Amino acid sequence: MSEKKFSKKHEWVSLEGDVATVGITKHATEMLGDIVFVEVPDAGKSVEKEGQAAVVESTKAASDVYSPIAGEITEGNKSIADDPGSVNSDPEGASWFFKLKIKDKGEFDSLMSKDEYDKFCKENPN
Amino acid sequence: METQKTALYNYHKNLGAKFVPFAGYEMPIQYKDGIVKEHISTRTHAGFFDVSHMGQFFLEGDETLTEALEKIIPADLKSLKINHSKYSFLLNNDGGIIDDLIVTKTEKGFCIILNAACKENDIKQISQFLKKNHKYLLNNDLSLIALQGPKSVEILEKLVQGVSKLKFMTGNNFNYDGENLYITRSGYTGEDGFEISIPNKKVEKLIDFLISNKVKPIGLGARDTLRLEAGLCLYGHDLNEQINPIEANLKWAIAKKRKEVGGFNGWEKIKNLLINGSDKIRVGIKPDGKIIARESTKIYSSDDNEIGFVTSGTFGPSVNAPVAMGYVKSKFAEVGTTIKLEVRGKKYGGKISQLPFYKKSYVK
Repeated sequence: MSEKKFSKKHEWVSLEGDVATVGITKHATEMLGDIVFVEVPDAGKSVEKEGQAAVVESTKAASDVYSPIAGEITEGNKSIADDPGSVNSDPEGASWFFKLKIKDKGEFDSLMSKDEYDKFCKENPN
Repeated sequence: METQKTALYNYHKNLGAKFVPFAGYEMPIQYKDGIVKEHISTRTHAGFFDVSHMGQFFLEGDETLTEALEKIIPADLKSLKINHSKYSFLLNNDGGIIDDLIVTKTEKGFCIILNAACKENDIKQISQFLKKNHKYLLNNDLSLIALQGPKSVEILEKLVQGVSKLKFMTGNNFNYDGENLYITRSGYTGEDGFEISIPNKKVEKLIDFLISNKVKPIGLGARDTLRLEAGLCLYGHDLNEQINPIEANLKWAIAKKRKEVGGFNGWEKIKNLLINGSDKIRVGIKPDGKIIARESTKIYSSDDNEIGFVTSGTFGPSVNAPVAMGYVKSKFAEVGTTIKLEVRGKKYGGKISQLPFYKKSYVK
C-alpha cells in the first residue's frame, strides 16, 4: 500500500517505488470552488521541487499547481483536462494531476502526514 | 476608509456567504452552493442579489434639472416618461465614460443607480451642473435587491400584486407591509427580473419571503458570469474614463436626438467617431477549447500582430464554454474573425463572437 503525504501548497503525493502521483487536496478544491479548466504537463518534462507543474482554474481565478518533489513527468492526467469538474468530485482519487519519477525520496519523507496537514489547514484556514 | 456593510451583512453570513472586499464594501462572492450552481439556478428558477452597495441617487427639480443632467448624460431625458428607465452614462469632456448607470424618471425628478466604486465621484461630477433649486440625495436608508430569473415574476407577484404588469425598463411604486417600494423590471443577468428598492428595516423580511420560495442567494461571482454571458459591461473592467461609448460598442445607448443635436460632454469627439468609426471596439470573444482568457490577456491577429486585449473573461456555465470580452482594432472586429489569445506565454486560438453569448428573455 502506498503512503500519502501533503504539501503546504495543498498538493497530495502518493509514492509507489520511485513514481509519485500528485494531485490537489479536497481542501484546495473547496477553496478554489468550481474547477473549469485544468492544464497538465506532458511526459518527459522535468520539474523542480516546488516548481510550477500544472494549472487549475476555477470560475474565480487561475492558480498554479506545484510539484512538491523534483523529478521527470511520466504522465499527465488527460481525463481531468477533458472534464475539469471531475477534480471537484474526486480530488484525491481518480482526479490526480500528474505522475513523476522522483530522484530523492528524502523530499517525499519531509512532506506532512495526513494529521499534520489537517492541523496545518485548521491553523491556516485561507 | 472603513469597510462598509449592507443591511443584509449578517443575513448573508448566516446563509454561509464567503465575503470579499468590493468597492469599499464587504460583499458575498458566493454562498454554499458555489458559483456554477448559483448561476444555473438564476437561469432556471430565480436568484436574489444584494446590490445595496450601489448608489441610489435621487434628484428633484424642474425642467432645468433635466437640462443640467443632459449635459453629462447622453440620454433623451426630456422625452423620458415617468417610471421609464434608460441605460446610459456619465461622460467626461473627452467622451470617456465616468460611469455607466440606469436613470429612471420619477414624479419629482430622476433616480439614478450608480456603481458602488464610482458613486462618490459621480455625485461630484453631476453636482457641478446642478443649480441651487435642484435637490439631491444619495439614499443610504434603502437597500437594493435584484431578483432575477424566469420564475421571478410569479414569485414577486405573490408578494406585491401588480408587478407582473411592468414592462422591461419601467417601474412603479408599490405598497409592501406599510412601506413604499420602488420596483423596476430590469436587471443585469440577461434574465427577466426586478430591482427592488426597499427600506433597510424591511429588507430581511423580503429575503425571508424569497428564500421560502426557493430563490437562492447569488454572490458577485455568479453575477459576473451571468452578466458576461449576457454581453453586459462591468465598469472598471470593460469600461473606464479612457473609453468612450462608440469604442465600447454602446452607441445604441446614446439617444438618436442627442447624437444629432449634441449638447453633452464629449459630443464633438463622439460625433466624429459616429461618422468615421473608432480605432478600437469592444467585441465578444470565444476561445477555442477550454482555455480561459482572463482580463489583460493579449489578443493577436492570425498572423501574430498584437491587436488588442481582454477586459473580462471567465467560464460561462450556461454556454458551457469559456467566454470573454475585449477591445480589438476595428478591422478585426467582424464576427468569426480568427484571433490568438496569449495565456501564460502560449498562444491559443479563438474567434470574435456575437454578443450576447446567452440569449436574453426580457419581457417587452
